Amino acid sequence: MAATAGHVVVVGAGHAAAQLCASLVASPWTGRLTLIGDEPGLPYHRPPLSKARLRGATLDGEACDPLIRPETFYREHGVRHLAGVTVIAIDRGARRLILSGEPGHLEYDTLVLATGSLHLRPPLPGIDHERVHTLRTAAEAAAVRRRLGGARAVAVIGAGFIGLEASASLRQAGLEVTVLERGERALARVTSPVVSEFFTGLHRDHGVALRFEAAVTAIHDRPDGVRVALADAAPLDADFVVLGAGGFANDALARAAGLAVGDPPSGGVRVDACQRTDDPHVLAIGDCCTAANELYGGCRLRLESVQNANDQARVAAATIAGLPRPAAVMPWFWSDQYDVKLQIAGLSAGHDRCVLRGRPEPGTAFSVWYFRGRRLLAVDAVDDPRAYALAGKLIPCRLSPDPALVADPTVAPRDLIRSAEEVAT
Amino acid sequence: MPTVTYLTPSGDTRIVGNASGTLMSAAVANGVEGIDGDCGGVCSCATCHVHIDPAWREKVGPATPTETAMLELEDKATDASRLGCQVPLTDALDGLVVRVVGR
Repeated sequence: MAATAGHVVVVGAGHAAAQLCASLVASPWTGRLTLIGDEPGLPYHRPPLSKARLRGATLDGEACDPLIRPETFYREHGVRHLAGVTVIAIDRGARRLILSGEPGHLEYDTLVLATGSLHLRPPLPGIDHERVHTLRTAAEAAAVRRRLGGARAVAVIGAGFIGLEASASLRQAGLEVTVLERGERALARVTSPVVSEFFTGLHRDHGVALRFEAAVTAIHDRPDGVRVALADAAPLDADFVVLGAGGFANDALARAAGLAVGDPPSGGVRVDACQRTDDPHVLAIGDCCTAANELYGGCRLRLESVQNANDQARVAAATIAGLPRPAAVMPWFWSDQYDVKLQIAGLSAGHDRCVLRGRPEPGTAFSVWYFRGRRLLAVDAVDDPRAYALAGKLIPCRLSPDPALVADPTVAPRDLIRSAEEVAT
Repeated sequence: MPTVTYLTPSGDTRIVGNASGTLMSAAVANGVEGIDGDCGGVCSCATCHVHIDPAWREKVGPATPTETAMLELEDKATDASRLGCQVPLTDALDGLVVRVVGR
């Protein structure tokens, strides 16, 4: 795509959209920029919604959520923001969006889909009960905070990142917390059994009840609360439920417009290495798209993370501005639970070997190193920023240290780097 | 609220008046080159690496153990290194000068 100074319209107002605006206005591109979001405000930081923003008590009540860029940024750079507006359809032939509100429709030269992901809602009776909450938006987190006054017990469905972060926050807010996980262990989709076990222990030490292989069959109404029915156990009464059962790409607009999208349930708008869809006038970034990852053998992935949203936005801005594409980057993630920080460098999927560095005990730094053959794929670092930083030096360069040295925590990071050799994908 | 001067990787001098929050958030709010603050300020990404001007190092204070661990393998890390997200801006820091390291 050549540099075009036309009208760029971004659909969605999350991390990816905010970074796209920031990268575009910092580039030589000089066109018009419009941001369309169905929420009332400007893009804000979403990770705190399940963490600090959920505890409420230590924060300034319902004060506004932290914006990624201040209002002055959008004003000074002439970014038009259509708030509380839903895009109903994309008319690709006319390069026009049909909107739910004013101005009714909007022409674009380049459209960037940054529509994020949505919660999976298991098809259970009662799942739409008003006391079943999700944590995708600031408004949804505020609704949970409003439940805290007078609430005694919460049932959390799902022991993934959102479920466990919410559990930690709600436990810290003084609630009795029961986590109901369908699978055999916590964080199963993202980490290895040793890390799962550590976090299970951490939550149990804080008084959270975690139940695995717990299949919720229905959510029933009861006065001032809900009764969660389980397949193999007595029902559980709670004041409210937090649902963290995974997500899927919010790709309905793209699908309806005939763009190439991935298969359900995960879905995702298919984009190339420059974030272009199969329509030269439409790009997609962040949670809503799937892209081939060059560091991991070119396999097509859909990542739900702040890093991915930001870095894909930087690539899309370069595409629009006609600049060279930024180098491929390593995915990274973090999770804060109680006073423990989990940092993940890289993607561990496909590993055939885990090497533990340090001891997985409370108050102790440790890390788990994932290899496929001799190739280092990823590192999970628990309260171990040193291991995380080390992984960040190795993985982007496809460098793999000697696993025997990794397993010895007395071997210094610089010696691990010296032991590393380049291993092809 | 303090005024902070950021010396950017491409050699610009950016003076931010009425700076609030942290060295990172004030930079992001004002579009200072080289400070991304991708993790929102929870010391998880190291995209806000700065060198504190020698005259200010004592007032700003030393890096926390987490910052030190995150930065120790960086070629450009020095004794003056801090992660901007871990430096709250107070009136005592009015006039602060930092050099942005960038990626």
